[in-house]
Amino acid sequence: MTMEATRHDRRRLEQKTSPRRLAVIRIVIVLAAASGLNYVVWRWLASVNWESWWIAVPLVLAETYSLIDSLLFGLGAWRIRERGEPPKPPAAGYTVDVFITTYNEPVDLVVRTARAALDISYPHTTWILDDGARDEIRAAAESLGIGVITRSADWIDRPRHAKAGNLNNALLATEGEFVLVLDADQVADPLILDRTLGYFKDPQVALVQTPQWFENVPDADPLGSQAPLFYGPIQQSKDGWNAAFFCGSNAILRREALMQLGISRYVAEVEQSVYRAITTSKRVLARAREEAQGDRRVTLALRRAAEIVETARVEIIRGDGIADVTYRFQRGIDAISTDYADADIALMRDNLRELASLSDDPDTFGSIDEAALELLGRRDTSPIAAIEAISLLAGALNVDRGDEAQAIMPMATISVTEDMATSMRLHGLGWRSVYHGEILASGLAPEDLETMLGQRLRWAQGTMQVFFRENPLLQWRLSLGQRLMYFSTMWSYLSGFPALVYVTAPVLCLAFGVIPVTAYSLDFFARFIPFLILNQLLFWVVAAGRPTWRGAQYSLALFPVWIESVTSAFRNVFLGQPLGFRVTSKTGAEEGRRRWDLVKPQLYVMGALVVALIVVSIRILAGQAEGIAPYVNIVWVFYDLAVFSIIIRAVLYRGPAVTPTPTKETS
Amino acid sequence: MTSIDVREADGGVVLAPTGRLTVVTAPNLRSAVADRIAAGDRIIVVDLSATDFVDSSGLGALVSCLKSARQAGGDLRIVAPTEQVSMVLKMTNLDRILQPRASVADALRD
Repeated sequence: MTMEATRHDRRRLEQKTSPRRLAVIRIVIVLAAASGLNYVVWRWLASVNWESWWIAVPLVLAETYSLIDSLLFGLGAWRIRERGEPPKPPAAGYTVDVFITTYNEPVDLVVRTARAALDISYPHTTWILDDGARDEIRAAAESLGIGVITRSADWIDRPRHAKAGNLNNALLATEGEFVLVLDADQVADPLILDRTLGYFKDPQVALVQTPQWFENVPDADPLGSQAPLFYGPIQQSKDGWNAAFFCGSNAILRREALMQLGISRYVAEVEQSVYRAITTSKRVLARAREEAQGDRRVTLALRRAAEIVETARVEIIRGDGIADVTYRFQRGIDAISTDYADADIALMRDNLRELASLSDDPDTFGSIDEAALELLGRRDTSPIAAIEAISLLAGALNVDRGDEAQAIMPMATISVTEDMATSMRLHGLGWRSVYHGEILASGLAPEDLETMLGQRLRWAQGTMQVFFRENPLLQWRLSLGQRLMYFSTMWSYLSGFPALVYVTAPVLCLAFGVIPVTAYSLDFFARFIPFLILNQLLFWVVAAGRPTWRGAQYSLALFPVWIESVTSAFRNVFLGQPLGFRVTSKTGAEEGRRRWDLVKPQLYVMGALVVALIVVSIRILAGQAEGIAPYVNIVWVFYDLAVFSIIIRAVLYRGPAVTPTPTKETS
Repeated sequence: MTSIDVREADGGVVLAPTGRLTVVTAPNLRSAVADRIAAGDRIIVVDLSATDFVDSSGLGALVSCLKSARQAGGDLRIVAPTEQVSMVLKMTNLDRILQPRASVADALRD
């Protein structure tokens, strides 16, 4: 039911960052952007050392990448929206389903999350979505009085689509107006719904995302698990452009919006499949005719198929409903298969009759009845199934999406990070999203390096899949601001390539005297230093006290992960190769081995940086290294080493000192 | 509260949901259609002339039923939607796929 929003509610729905803070931020944005453009334009026009173009060009490209990254950050922050107190939800009246998604997490962990979900104060129904269909989970859920949802029979032998499939299956099995999605480790605050449902008084709001915060992470956060910048100013910036996006957990979604999305995607995909089948049919059938090599029966069937495709094409252009067109088409295919099989059936019937007349018992062949013979005439059992071109057309010119378990798939299945793709599509339909930056659930982060690396790789791969499959810049239904906000997240995952340049350039300079910049002079410093300082200032002002160094370190130090994510997602999307990722295990491995093997590229980089320092010292002592270039690069190498030092700490990290108690104490 | 009138017809079966076809009542439609398909009906006609409200879950149920009917070698057709229902069909573009027929007699023809 739609609730009338009071004036008080409307005021809270419209809350924004204070004008004074916004003014300060905007001044710094303008200054940082101006200094950045001033520096990078100068770099391109006046300071690329073309003699060493093979490193000079990559370096200036890398710097351009960083400038664009900074401009996108500034663009977002221009409209940063820090919401305060949320509007109050109606005391009751909204119906809510709480979904706890699990696949293989320990039962204790799921139970702990389920208990907390039961304690959520706003009236709701709790469900465990157990994709592992485990008996222990069912038993535990029963003892708590919670429902379990597992995949319906429709999913057998069809693509499961991981978590997106799990949620899509549950959406058809439940009926609450709103859905709170929680990962198996996310222990909800009892007030999570009271603090978020009020936003839905705006009937255009489809999504309220809250932060993901992890309780098993020490303050130093050696694995960079907390994302204070992302679950803070970055999402708040996106919120200002109505582009805050769904992060898979700790979010509340409006069912009507999801179902509407499911319907419109269904329509779009059926249309696409039918149009594509019609436009490619000529080619497909012609090729099949060639392969038939004059087989009269096959050629005849193919000719008839071409005729009914043509009829379908004319009907579609005429504007007939696709269901009607495809129904007639399917009946046409049926007729072809029956006729095709008829000759075989007639022959067999004759043979049977002959055999029966030889036998004394007239019922000998009674068990092979007419129905069995009729079966041969059916399409799937008819010999026509062997003509691939026809089966292909019959599959594509239909409205039942027979290759999928459900015709309606609200959660996007184009990416392993279904969340971002889904919210981009919701925005495309004109729905709004809200980022409410209050921690209302606490989860468990990976406790070892291997799991952490696997998780980061998966997120990055998912983001790049969306980038390749549904490039936000090309989504004409999104506003320009929304497109750029989605794009900026994807842009930031490209950082692995410039990172490689940022560590290579100073090594080349120090060890071999290759200088990519022509003028390490006053000109350089006069342009570079202001950019550097103003950029840092921008981060500092926007972050408002949140730690940013850890994030900065990992965005450079995990360069092999970022590069792999781009290349593997590219191969997946364009060459159909599997991504090769693992489901993140939520509790860490206990084994004591230090996994230096996982960070070999980073160790080589650090080794090269140290060697470069030694070599340059010798060169300076020998009087070979002149000018200011070596000193600039020495500073640069120390910065790189400081960044990469986090890798050492991550390998040495033994998990949190105190393991969290498996029972959550809530008052 | 919605009820679903079921009546046999020449060449198929007619299901007429009355009232609201929403997330709450959609499962009734799905199971009614599943029953008729199991009973051997192939042409399912959903008469929407007495359905005064449908939400996206209701539309989703129509699509699920279309899928079940097709997979059983049959078809599902919709008839005479009311103003609100027509609007929702148009808004989601579902009318591109499921074009409503004017009357039950019309829907029972091929």
